[in-house]
Amino acid sequence: MQTARDVKEYREELRRALDNEFLRQAMDSFAVAYRASRAKAFAGMDVDGLIREIAQAKDDSISRLDELYDEFKQNAEAAGVKVHLARTAEEANQIIAGIAAAAGVKQIVKSKSMTSEETQLNRHLEAGGYEVTETDLGEFIIQLRHEGPTHMVLPAIHLSRYQVADLFTEVTRQKQDVDIERLVKVARRELRPKFVAADMGISGANFAIARTGTIALVTNEGNGRLVTTLPRVHVALVGLDKLTPTLSDALRIIKALPRNATGQAITSYITWITGPNECAASPTGKKEMHVVFLDNGRRALAHDPKFAQVLRCVRCGACANVCPIYRMVGGHQYGHIYIGAIGLILTYFFHGRDKAKNLVQNCISCGACKSVCTAGIDLPELIKAVHARIQDETGSSLSNTLLSQALKSRRLFHVLLRSAKLLQKPFTGGGPYLRHLPHMFAKDQSFRALPALADKPFRDTWEEIRPRVVNPKWRVALFSGCLHDFVFPEQLNAAVRVLAGRDVALDFPVDQSCCGLPALMMGEAAVARDVARQNVMAIDPAKFDYILTTCASCASHLKKAYPTLLGHDPQLAARVAEFSAKVIDFSSFVQDVLKLEQADFIGDGKKTAYHSPCHLCRGLGVVAAPRELIGKAGLDYRQSDEEDVCCGFGGTYSTKFPELSAEILKKKLDHVVQSGAELLVTDCPGCILQLRGGLERRGDPIKVQHIAEALAEVLVK
Amino acid sequence: MTNIDELVTTFTQKAQAVSAVVAEVNELRQAFEYTVDLCDHKEACQLLLAGCEAPLSPAAGDLCQRRRDKIIAAPGLDAADYQALDTLSRAKGLTLIRDGLRGYLAGIDIGLTVVDYGIAETGTLVLNSNNEEVRLATMISEIHVAVLPKSRLRQSSTDLETELEAMMRMRPGYTAFITGASRTADIERVLALGVHGPLELHILLWEDR
Repeated sequence: MQTARDVKEYREELRRALDNEFLRQAMDSFAVAYRASRAKAFAGMDVDGLIREIAQAKDDSISRLDELYDEFKQNAEAAGVKVHLARTAEEANQIIAGIAAAAGVKQIVKSKSMTSEETQLNRHLEAGGYEVTETDLGEFIIQLRHEGPTHMVLPAIHLSRYQVADLFTEVTRQKQDVDIERLVKVARRELRPKFVAADMGISGANFAIARTGTIALVTNEGNGRLVTTLPRVHVALVGLDKLTPTLSDALRIIKALPRNATGQAITSYITWITGPNECAASPTGKKEMHVVFLDNGRRALAHDPKFAQVLRCVRCGACANVCPIYRMVGGHQYGHIYIGAIGLILTYFFHGRDKAKNLVQNCISCGACKSVCTAGIDLPELIKAVHARIQDETGSSLSNTLLSQALKSRRLFHVLLRSAKLLQKPFTGGGPYLRHLPHMFAKDQSFRALPALADKPFRDTWEEIRPRVVNPKWRVALFSGCLHDFVFPEQLNAAVRVLAGRDVALDFPVDQSCCGLPALMMGEAAVARDVARQNVMAIDPAKFDYILTTCASCASHLKKAYPTLLGHDPQLAARVAEFSAKVIDFSSFVQDVLKLEQADFIGDGKKTAYHSPCHLCRGLGVVAAPRELIGKAGLDYRQSDEEDVCCGFGGTYSTKFPELSAEILKKKLDHVVQSGAELLVTDCPGCILQLRGGLERRGDPIKVQHIAEALAEVLVK
Repeated sequence: MTNIDELVTTFTQKAQAVSAVVAEVNELRQAFEYTVDLCDHKEACQLLLAGCEAPLSPAAGDLCQRRRDKIIAAPGLDAADYQALDTLSRAKGLTLIRDGLRGYLAGIDIGLTVVDYGIAETGTLVLNSNNEEVRLATMISEIHVAVLPKSRLRQSSTDLETELEAMMRMRPGYTAFITGASRTADIERVLALGVHGPLELHILLWEDR
């Protein structure tokens, strides 16, 4: 639950979560184990194809929710179900309380339903005098603790067996051993009488199948079956997004949902219910059955061209499982009711701006969630879009306004950077790092050394170093990005050296500016569009075979985000499409286009680790090229754990949430150190800033280089 | 290998992977003998497993007191089969019931069912559970013994779509996919079997060709 009033308070909560050692350890082992079990569960399957099919089918359902609702209602009512539609959470709670009152219900048992968490149903029913018992083990535990879930599938993942044993000791008034098997059995026995006594069972549903009026529950414990069997009244609370046309759509999702959620090929139980079944506890011999559909903003969402895909979500929780930030702070700090990347988005739509405004800023945009989403939802993009929307609604902060003004004009932006170069002089001590930053800039940044701006930006040296090529085989435009232009020009210089003498006609169109990703990360969509337009106009794609960038973040932004940002402009659409198609990252260019070979290098067998930048491995899907180049270059590639997990930079993220950035970095560097490497190579100057700064602070001698530098050093002359 | 043998192999592997016990029988009588034998050797109320040994609150503890005889429930069997199983059960001093399962909500020892289909690629049983007694037998038993005719094995759920859709069209209808025993990992992600449903699932593949 979000109670923080502003980012400052939110950061305070995050800091407290970071200090929770059990949580940190539990989350860590979960993150590592999950990746392995997911991979195993999907082995031999065409995962991407399945995800595409699911996304397509869900999009089709979303486009005709009303129609599916009518069809479901007709079929379910023909089977004897009473179907309700609640416009709001409050209305859903009232409908359910009304059903309970009319049926003379006193005791209620529930199986797990995130939708009922969304409506805060228990609170409503308990206020009405009903005894409500959650029967899913995790939900039972958190209900006893009066708190919300920290994971959509594993609601009590934040608690230790000791805490559960203490809790159960309190409930049973008997001392309970700290033995998980036994604690589970205690819950079984404690809950059985609740099932026996209950008059009403409340469940959710994973699917509402329109064609037959059937609801389906995907569960493991078996409590869902008891909840829908023993009490004489059954109410299913179902989000409208769970409507699906046919059984076959449901079966397709079931192929992916358990695998993606828990690494299971299928859950222990899937229960398909059509209409009120036999029930000996009912005076009529038949159950009284209700399906309450919840709108709560879903129908409006279905018509939103950008956000409709949010309704594809099948609540597997995978986006949390792989999120480096969730892993640090757990679900109470990474969601309001719904948790993980999808939770950041849903919070805005279901629970309002106030609950979402701090959360949506806490995304590092590493893309890990998007890469595992069952339904192919573009989560990082939508989080940024929610952030932008909130900013539009509330007005931008001062720092955002300043940045926007600066970025709007390339000349102004670059003048500012050049002035900063002069201003930093007193703080560098002549070295490559800022040594004595005034406190206001250095706040919470002590976990890494920050680099000084370069003496001369790359653009000022271009005419001197530009290679002369007589018969070019490839015409290539360089896109430097701010860091390679103004902070680390030597890395781009190294790239130019690797390309020299290989028939590559290089050009550096000087009107290029910041790629615009930082603006988007700050929720300034209009500015991001503005600079994107400037860059597309600065570099005429028709004149080049490739637009090469040595910054993985810029590359992925130019290639993947520009078409979305500018594609709607009919005058630009074709040019943007061509521009984006020609963007290539450095490693891919050297490996796949130039096809450099072992003979081109004389490496010295230096022990070399690799950090795979988020925007390269997930953003652009480039995985093999840099690693193969390290091998070809004659360096001794030392694989380290979690190479493709974020380094914690995330551009402006690391200045907004420095505590988290520092912790993510620490983990990354620990893995690198364990690999025994002397050299750490990567493809992105942002990662280099982070990694180098962290190692410098630790006083660790491991050297960090851009892959272009590493290759340039071992070139056969 | 015939197609069915391949399905049996896959099914067995997948079901065992989720801790089901899989055995083969040539006739239904063998399945009955298996069930009776299992019940006979089983401790009443599986004291060490099902929680009666654990310190419980008075209400939950009461449930344990209500358990006396060992009980097998077989609600789906036809009269002749039921008679055969009953004779075997009596010989071992076991009680066989076919209805009134709501009188035994504290738990029964074994629920025996003949299931409708098996899905090999996930080791899943498909059981029409419209009958409330059948439903309860698979929920409140400590061990669920399921007889699966080999002729009813299919590779995937997609291969069963027509049959499943017919089951969904029943008004009312309650269809269960059952894969392994009831399980949870809600405490520290440690797998524990038998949280609300059966502690064990035994699948008897019945050679019905």
